[in-house]
Amino acid sequence: MPDRTTAPSALPTASRLRAEHVSLGYDARPIIAGLSTAIPDGSFTVIIGPNACGKSTLLRGLSRLLSPAAGRVVLDGKAITELAAKDVAKRLGLLPQSAAAPDGITVVDLVARGRYPRQRLLRQWTDADEAAVAEALDATGTRELGPRRVDELSGGQRQRVWVAMVLAQETELLLLDEPTTFLDIAHQIELMELFARLNRQGRTVVAVLHDLNHAARYADHLIAMHDGRVVAEGPPSEVVTSERVEEIFGLPNVVIADPVTGGPLVVPSGLPAARAEADGR
Amino acid sequence: MSTIDRPRLDPGYRRHLIRCGPIAVAVRTRSLAVATALLTVIALLAVAALGLGTYPLAPDAVLDALFGGRDTLDRTVVLEWRLPRTLAACVLGALFAIAGALFQTVTRNPLASPDVLGLSNGAFTGMLLTVVCFSASWPLMTAGSVVGGLATAGLIWGLSRRAAGQSFRLIVIGIGVAAILASANTWMLLEVELDTAMFASAWGAGSLNGVTAGALGGAVVCSLPLVLLLGLLTPGLRQLDLGDDVAGASGSRPARTRAGALLIAVGLVSIATAVAGPVAFIALAAPQIARRLAGAPSLSLTLSALVGAFLLLASDLVAQHLLPVTLPVGVVTVSVGGAYLVAVLIQEIRRRA
Repeated sequence: MPDRTTAPSALPTASRLRAEHVSLGYDARPIIAGLSTAIPDGSFTVIIGPNACGKSTLLRGLSRLLSPAAGRVVLDGKAITELAAKDVAKRLGLLPQSAAAPDGITVVDLVARGRYPRQRLLRQWTDADEAAVAEALDATGTRELGPRRVDELSGGQRQRVWVAMVLAQETELLLLDEPTTFLDIAHQIELMELFARLNRQGRTVVAVLHDLNHAARYADHLIAMHDGRVVAEGPPSEVVTSERVEEIFGLPNVVIADPVTGGPLVVPSGLPAARAEADGR
Repeated sequence: MSTIDRPRLDPGYRRHLIRCGPIAVAVRTRSLAVATALLTVIALLAVAALGLGTYPLAPDAVLDALFGGRDTLDRTVVLEWRLPRTLAACVLGALFAIAGALFQTVTRNPLASPDVLGLSNGAFTGMLLTVVCFSASWPLMTAGSVVGGLATAGLIWGLSRRAAGQSFRLIVIGIGVAAILASANTWMLLEVELDTAMFASAWGAGSLNGVTAGALGGAVVCSLPLVLLLGLLTPGLRQLDLGDDVAGASGSRPARTRAGALLIAVGLVSIATAVAGPVAFIALAAPQIARRLAGAPSLSLTLSALVGAFLLLASDLVAQHLLPVTLPVGVVTVSVGGAYLVAVLIQEIRRRA
């Protein structure tokens, strides 16, 4: 559980991955302008914010899928756009929202696709590849699903298999875009515990999440965004306050102590501001 | 962590691990078996094709002539008259099939292939224009056909660009362009001199009748670098199956891979068209037949090429020897392919319903 505390707001000195004054967007329409932030090494960082605030865009920028129109994303001291795609993929793995498995592919084959950045033309399946895939399956508890077809799995199983594919990349940085959306609460918790364990084993985990309470419970570093800007960043106890949740989401709420962990727990207490206006109040 | 005492992972099917010097790959056992079977059938058909004709030869006589027998007449018939045509059927069938597999992989649509999209027609248009405006020499015709194919690809890409990612729209636009080009080709044939028109229209159905060793050699020399280049692209191409985001995040470059694959496909189909004309449906059907034979989730370029070689060789045998009249091979592939296209369309409609 979140027992590490990072010094608030002061940029941590150790950050392999950071954004420096980046502007990101599609078709020259910026969603994010001049944003700077840093991912503390070894942290479980969660990016929160309302729909369309630029969370996923930031994650795509941090993972090199989207090139910044201005500013730069720095990975290990170099602009990420200047690194070769395979070089980035050996250090940073991303699970995007739009992952599609080819019809009929089996679990082992899908997870093996994560080995792409480490394979060479004539060396497509070495003992190291097999060992990495086996380890990724073990880490996600999907070893026994290995021979099954991905399209036959349940939603929770399938998501764990995708996580295994990213793990097979053997990267120290793990970026996850809304990894628990569309899953029921038990499967959500199962996945969050998996990410927390991967984090404890030494990986830096960055996730975009919708559920504030999951974010507060599992993250040790939060980045709160609104309208393409970072509104607050730091440990959950400092970022998740009643005023800030109302400011960002327009949702009246009370923040109480989580009866299990003692961390902040957001409880809505009225209609969201926009909804209340629409109702004519 | 030791990897030796771990039990091997079970991927859900049988496979062979090939370790040989710098090579370390895993191959599906079923794919290996299918490839072996196809190679055997192709070899048998080739021997039959080399033996059949007005001067028939028994299989042992064919093999004798192939591997340095002394009968000069046999050797002339087999090596000089029949071998170029048989080899052309194998090589061009493979080229058409590879181009089709590339189009279907990149667009993720089993109906997208260079013949359905009008690229073969476009290559033929380019070639006709070359014949009309310049001369009927093979290198010029190939150049004209490659330019025609690329121009058609550019046109289709331009028209369907705003609907990026909608492969259904791409196909509808392609079918429209194909129809326009087909009528343009007919019009040109009506306008040109009689002997040019006769030569070109036989060739326009897709035929191996006029194939010479020189033209075939030229096609092999032109396509070999493209096929080698394709070998480098294949792993990245396979990664595209997972969607652009996963492909990009795992270190491949989707846009570049896709553009490279399509350019190579247009090049291959144009080269093949310059030699044999727009032979229809090999590109469309071969990759899907190969996928069903292999039972694998991704299209295999190697198996597609083998199925393509088999289809064109078998169609040419039917066109030459089994029918009461000798027809251009394109007529046979159109008939077989038409039936196949209807079957695929029905399957697609059922799946959507």
